[in-house]
Amino acid sequence: MRVLGIILAGGMGGGIWPLTSKRASAAVPVFGKYRAVDFTLSNMVNSGITKVGILTQYNPRSLMDHLGSGKDWDLDRRRGGLFVLQPYLSSGSDKMGYRGTADAIFQNMTLLRRGDEDYVLIGSGDHIYNMNYSEMMKQHLASGADVTFVVKELDNSYNLSDYGIVEINEDGRIVGFEEKPKDPQTDLASLGIYFMNKHLLMDLLYATVPHGGYDLLLDVLLPNIRRFFFRAYRFGGYWRNVKKGILEYYRTNMSVLDSRVRRELFRSKNKIYTKLKDLPPPKVGATGSVQNSIVADGCIVNGIVRNSILFRSVTVRAGAVIEDSIIFEGSSVEEGAHVICSIVDKDSVVRASKIVRGSREHPLAFEKSSVL
Amino acid sequence: MNTVALILAGGQGTRLGILTEDIAKPAVPFGGKYRIIDFTLSNCVNSGIYTVGVLTQYRPHVLINHIGIGRPWDLDRKDGGLTILPPFLGRKESDWYSGTANAVYQNIRYVDQYNPRYVLVLSGDHIYSMDYNELLDYHISKRAQGTVACMEVPINEASRFGIMVTDADGRIVEFQEKPKEPKSNLASLGIYVFNWPFLRDVLIEDEEDPKSTHDFGRDIITKLVSENDVKLYAFRFDGYWKDVGTLESYWESNLELTHPLPPLNLYDPNWRFYTHSEEMQPAYIGSKASVVDSLVSEGAEIYGTVENAVLFQGVFVEEGAVVRNSIIMTHARIERGAQIEDTIVCERAVIGEDVKIGIGEDAPSKLDPKVYTGRITVVGFDTVVPAGVSIGKNAVIGNGVRPENFASLTVEPGGFVL
Repeated sequence: MRVLGIILAGGMGGGIWPLTSKRASAAVPVFGKYRAVDFTLSNMVNSGITKVGILTQYNPRSLMDHLGSGKDWDLDRRRGGLFVLQPYLSSGSDKMGYRGTADAIFQNMTLLRRGDEDYVLIGSGDHIYNMNYSEMMKQHLASGADVTFVVKELDNSYNLSDYGIVEINEDGRIVGFEEKPKDPQTDLASLGIYFMNKHLLMDLLYATVPHGGYDLLLDVLLPNIRRFFFRAYRFGGYWRNVKKGILEYYRTNMSVLDSRVRRELFRSKNKIYTKLKDLPPPKVGATGSVQNSIVADGCIVNGIVRNSILFRSVTVRAGAVIEDSIIFEGSSVEEGAHVICSIVDKDSVVRASKIVRGSREHPLAFEKSSVL
Repeated sequence: MNTVALILAGGQGTRLGILTEDIAKPAVPFGGKYRIIDFTLSNCVNSGIYTVGVLTQYRPHVLINHIGIGRPWDLDRKDGGLTILPPFLGRKESDWYSGTANAVYQNIRYVDQYNPRYVLVLSGDHIYSMDYNELLDYHISKRAQGTVACMEVPINEASRFGIMVTDADGRIVEFQEKPKEPKSNLASLGIYVFNWPFLRDVLIEDEEDPKSTHDFGRDIITKLVSENDVKLYAFRFDGYWKDVGTLESYWESNLELTHPLPPLNLYDPNWRFYTHSEEMQPAYIGSKASVVDSLVSEGAEIYGTVENAVLFQGVFVEEGAVVRNSIIMTHARIERGAQIEDTIVCERAVIGEDVKIGIGEDAPSKLDPKVYTGRITVVGFDTVVPAGVSIGKNAVIGNGVRPENFASLTVEPGGFVL
């Protein structure tokens, strides 16, 4: 089965401002060394997909820097490989930019038309999960579905009204779909992962986008819910969308301190790949103390770190205390400073003796290159 | 292509004992995520030298797998790049490399194809950080035919090295190989730069000399120093350089990295050391863990106590386990209640529950007192030490030892299980 992967990574991620002030939500750092997009990208590669188009739009610099040639995902290939699809100006249109997810794919129709793939898998750059799509693809073929939607039963740690809620019958057919309902009828949410025949997608796009239907879900797929067989495939594993808000972002990161989450995401044989940076192992000095924390390469810790996530090359000086916090790459926490329940973006400095305190329900978030 | 670097990576490293039983010395793990050859390879690319030949001979599998096509060092290039140069059979020529000079001699054609002006002859056995441009610039400014990088060493250690005696200009006037009474404290680091056409002729001449052992230091340098018309210079290097040739020095230079400001700076953003390492998540240190003065690499999960240790990737230290003054290599597992002191635990070894290692008095090794000189206990690659065993200081548990190989629950100081 030849499959083309498409990752929607143009989202602005306004919900997790200021972490997205200088980057797309797909490029938001997670778990000490990854970017959100690493998960979907690695999942595709681990499922045997070797041609992946990434649709970018908002603040793409950091994302493009991260992806590079696709080398770290073995996507620097002669056949297929990684295609970063930026919005462009052309003689046929006067408007720059993608007007929606369907429009974005439509404007890059060449990628779909040129390849010899039969199927297309559409995912999002904002989702954190480790899933091998092979079983889902197999069921898609066996069931004769036109489009497979990956769905998940969400427990009460998710706000159901933030998601697309589906209703299915006993054959697994999707019979109802409500986008972000006030009063959800089921707890089964669509994860925004779609698998379908490539030519069906092309036909639907040609039929819809030129008439103003720019959204893949609302304008292209859902109006055909009765005409086609939309099948739900249940995913039972860990899944989070980091774009939903600062609190959700914070809790998602903190969840990696749970060994079950680490085992599922990182100790499976499907590895999550990310941009390689050659940094030395982190060092805990004589005055340092680290408990229940993630410490990435290049860190030097001489202060106290508890229940926190330190990204690469974070410096924690003697007497500094970091608790329940997330410190991004290259930041330093100076002597005697306290950082509690906060998210400190890249290359920031928390000056000596400064106290920064959020709460677990309302973590504070500070922009890149802040001096606190 | 101005400069070609040749890295001699065939070294057996016999004094590293079981560490080099199955792998060449340049492939021995170092500093939490590196292997020894990474330092020389990184020095090359950081110095802008992108044509590198790696001469292998002894047990090259792990080394070759590690280096691959040189991608981590950006040496996967269209022109030049990295080439592995194993010994080969020719129609008339001999097969194995009989010495370091012979190894280069056998690869004259490899170097010739780039027609370089200079050739750097390096060793894959050393841990150091050196900008070869400084060496090359010195060599050029002296209009030398050959230049040897040297370092001042304490005079009481000088008899372990090849010692250079120079005149005021830095020209080498005498060479003493491991002298009993050294005339100077300027030691050769085994790092050479030569004008290629010159070295080429010297190597061909040496090859035809039936008395030569074809060694760079012993034969080539000695001969060149004795010839009056050859200009051979000593370049004084004052940075960090270590030949981790013995278990003692290997252990020390690893643990040195845990000190506040170690002489070898792994954290310099302008002089990074690159390596080929497995993709793993960042290290996790648990709620009841205590980690001080230590390096903890990616993929490691620490629930026990770690003091002054270098932990490689994917190391697992269970709750209640204590690791002190030790090196724990990739994917090793230290189970509940184990206590480890002054020990090198090799890759994928499992230390069972309540095992004690490095306890009691020191004793001379019964296996090989020349290699295992005291204090440090070594547990080999893929070895499983069963629960409850206690192992004394300076003991050796070989590579691939299974629980049934242990005759009793006690291994005495200086004892061994193979």
